[in-house]
Amino acid sequence: MNSVPDIYRVLPEVVLTLTGVLVMLIDATLPPHWARRSLGWVAAFGTTFAIWTSLWQLSLPMGTGFSGTVETSAFTVFFHVLICGIVLVALLLSLDTLPEKSHHQGEFYALIVFGAVGMCLLTGAVELLLVFIALEISSIATYILAGYRKHTARGPEAAIKYFLLGSFATAFLLYGIAMIFGATGTTQIYEIARLVPTAQNQAFILAGLGLMLVGILFKVSAAPFHVWTPDVYEGSPTPVVALMSTAPKAAAFALLLRVVYEMLPMLRPVWQPLLWVVAVLSMTVGNLAALRQQNVKRMLAYSAIAHAGYLLAAFAGLGASGIAAASFYTAAYAAMNVGIFAVVTLVSGYDEKLPLINDYRGLIYRSPLLGSLLIFFLVSLVGIPFTGGFFGKFYSFAAAVGGGAIWLAIIGLLNSGLAAAYYLRLALATAQRPDDQASSAPAPRVGVAVIAALAMAVIATLVLGIVPNGVLHAAESGAHTLQAPPAEICAPLNPTVPQSQP
Amino acid sequence: MNQINQSILTLILLLPLAGAVLVALVPDRFKLPNWIALVTTLATFGLTLHLPAHFDKAQIGFQFVVNRLWIEKPAIFYHLGVDGLSLWLVVLVGLLAPIGVVASWNAIRERRKLFFALFLVQQTAMLGVFLSLDLMVYYGFWELSLVPMAILIAMYGRKDGPRAALKFFLFTFIPSAPLLVAILWLYAQTGTFDFTMLQYNIASGILPAGPLYWAALAFLFAFAVKVPVFPLHGWLADTFSEAPVALAMVVAGKLGLYSMLRFHIGLFPLQARAVAPVLVGLAVVGILYGACLALVQRDFWRLMAFAALSHLSLITLGIYGLTLTGWEGAVYQILNHGVVDGALFLLLGLLYDRYATSEINAYGGLAAKLPSTATFFVIASLAMIGLPMLGGFVGEFMILLGTFTGVSKGWAIAATLGVILGAAYMLWLVQRLFFGPESALATTKPPEDLRIGQLAVLWPLTALMLVMGVAPMLWLPTIEKGAHPPMIPSGAKALVDYDGYIRGLKPPPPSGSSFSAARIANTNSMNGEGQR
Repeated sequence: MNSVPDIYRVLPEVVLTLTGVLVMLIDATLPPHWARRSLGWVAAFGTTFAIWTSLWQLSLPMGTGFSGTVETSAFTVFFHVLICGIVLVALLLSLDTLPEKSHHQGEFYALIVFGAVGMCLLTGAVELLLVFIALEISSIATYILAGYRKHTARGPEAAIKYFLLGSFATAFLLYGIAMIFGATGTTQIYEIARLVPTAQNQAFILAGLGLMLVGILFKVSAAPFHVWTPDVYEGSPTPVVALMSTAPKAAAFALLLRVVYEMLPMLRPVWQPLLWVVAVLSMTVGNLAALRQQNVKRMLAYSAIAHAGYLLAAFAGLGASGIAAASFYTAAYAAMNVGIFAVVTLVSGYDEKLPLINDYRGLIYRSPLLGSLLIFFLVSLVGIPFTGGFFGKFYSFAAAVGGGAIWLAIIGLLNSGLAAAYYLRLALATAQRPDDQASSAPAPRVGVAVIAALAMAVIATLVLGIVPNGVLHAAESGAHTLQAPPAEICAPLNPTVPQSQP
Repeated sequence: MNQINQSILTLILLLPLAGAVLVALVPDRFKLPNWIALVTTLATFGLTLHLPAHFDKAQIGFQFVVNRLWIEKPAIFYHLGVDGLSLWLVVLVGLLAPIGVVASWNAIRERRKLFFALFLVQQTAMLGVFLSLDLMVYYGFWELSLVPMAILIAMYGRKDGPRAALKFFLFTFIPSAPLLVAILWLYAQTGTFDFTMLQYNIASGILPAGPLYWAALAFLFAFAVKVPVFPLHGWLADTFSEAPVALAMVVAGKLGLYSMLRFHIGLFPLQARAVAPVLVGLAVVGILYGACLALVQRDFWRLMAFAALSHLSLITLGIYGLTLTGWEGAVYQILNHGVVDGALFLLLGLLYDRYATSEINAYGGLAAKLPSTATFFVIASLAMIGLPMLGGFVGEFMILLGTFTGVSKGWAIAATLGVILGAAYMLWLVQRLFFGPESALATTKPPEDLRIGQLAVLWPLTALMLVMGVAPMLWLPTIEKGAHPPMIPSGAKALVDYDGYIRGLKPPPPSGSSFSAARIANTNSMNGEGQR
């Protein structure tokens, strides 16, 4: 059987959990009037260590632990590193932008880390009940974080909306799991994949697939399950939006990849057209709605919906090429989106005095650094070459064309032309000469932690745009491990170590 | 020396980028960004001069080639090279960059760091377009060139920058989506983005004809908007009146015209031949339409915009006349137009800085106050009109000759009419700006003629116009070598209009064409490289 101790299979999760607990314990023992800012550094170091341990997991043979519930492979490591990277950036961002005396600061950091535990577990889980538990862990943390600014009217509204709709969606997922369990008698993903072709009751499986898709597509905010997105993004604190527009989505996309490509590859004729429709809907609805927004965060929320659509286009791709394209796009999207929300946080401030596009007028004159960075991330979102956004879209549409969905690629490209209009509106407002009253707004302060966060986002966006080979290799080896699940549970299928460098 | 020849193109490409990073890092004091930009652009210009100095004029094909695998999947190669077609265009970009810096020296007063950093990025993008031989790399630089331009127009627009920038960006960005689809389709069919290999694949006739026709059209559409060709010139006038001088002098023409020659006619000779009559017609309409509109403009930036439309249409006519004479004339005219426009924009920019208006009627009688400005302006205008002994004459003459002998006498006569109108609007502009009764504007502001820095730019430019007028043979043989390859693709012998060719200047090439055999051999060796 498996020679690797089970605990090694969940090492990053363990590290993150210990970090979260440590932060909460220190928070409880510190005198109430002491500043809690240093707890953020503790959380950031813990997350960095988690990244390191998950890279170390590459040296383990691929396989599962804890009776076939958790897997480590190049695929899980790719997403672990991605999610922990996003969490690290979000932590650094919060460190400098949370007000000095904000309430329950320790819990804020701890919740971010606990959310990361759930997300990481979600990407590694190969057992549907564990999937559900992991999804709940990550969701509950984000529900609370969404309502962190409880003194504002929008904060609790956002949290309650997110919580109600989110619970509804997880219920759908749970029903789907139950249906599939009913049809196959197991919740282990490899077992299901093995049993599905011979299962008696195909209707149950189809219903289960449909219900699970509803739950997952809600989490990635794809149309028509997107209505919560703008309100929640608008009401939540911006550093939290930077996190929740990227990390839980990355985890949910990993789950979607696992469900459709690994668990139910036989049902491709069913889920592929469904995802085709959802992709087209998401891009079109997201872009059309974004064109009309005046509030920057709402605009970016609709842009996130559109990007979910571009990403879903990769699911039209066959096998490994589709998985690799989707993974790559997730990384590119995360890098540029976390970056742009970081800039938005700094510009509009924690209490969001400057939420509208018009408020950004002349930003480049007020603060050249932030203005240039904002334009840089917007350029990447448009999909100009030499940025991550370009290759993300490129691989996604190339995978779609490879899978025979040429119209999907054409609709996608037309949509990116449409999207350029609203990204540019913000970029050009930023570059415009300020009128006299707007110039009175002070230039935002930029601290060390934020500089580090922004630098990480910029470097990631540039690396993905100029030298994407490394990440692409990692995504591809991840795709191959997902394509080739262990024949027997708990037995290391592939004696060769996947050699990849995320 | 061999070492240098191998890395010279990379150096040319990266030097402005390095300058941009440096500008972004230094503090904005003592005009430090200006000086760094000036030194960088001068150094880049020096490096581009290395190319003609070591260019083997006897050889056909690409030289100074770099070809390295950049991205494995899809196979994108960092493939750069110059031939006779692009050689002098690269030098022209190098030459215009320091002129742009000088033109912005006093005009740009705030956020200098950002301006010069973006200006230098723009240089890299333009050089990249001329140097790339891999379609994906080419597309990357093509798109990249839009971004700094749009941002700078938005930042330094005179009245409504963001609107002009948005117009410019969308006009040029949206047609590049079909361009990308066409490039990807070619890759899906042939498995390569490499220019030479694609040229060979398309000429061999293995690709389906219908989609190929659409792909060629997608290429042409993107380039025609960028030039611009009538009726796609909607962005031009606004961009010219809003863009900072240093960018207005490079925004139109070169990139699109070069791309037409290299990537439209060069890749799709048969398809280009099919649409050529349409483009000839549009070009002649553009010449006359631009000239007529230039006659009635009251704002000199807009006048320059429509004058540019007229001149660029003339070059388009030369390109789609599909005669060797026309092509040589077209490339020569691109060079000349770049030099002359550089000088004119520099001078107009100075006038605008000093008098803060671009209303032509507000000026008048400046010649007495600013004698040297007036002199340089008159010389540049004459070069633009096409006075013999100055650069414009050679290019226009060759284009018109090629059209007359190779296309149709009627079109040539109509185009010549446009040239006459060109003389009318330019001379009238000179008259209204510099001569006539002294205007209120001229009397209120103290006269301040050209300074040493501006003279240091204008003297060489004027000398260059003269040399280009009297000694075109310094350039033409190289251009002719470069103009050759798109003309005789191995699979499409019917392209060249031999009748027009014979009545042109030179004897026809040998029909057996040792040349095309050489190209096939060349392509095969490329294939070998690709597989390795």
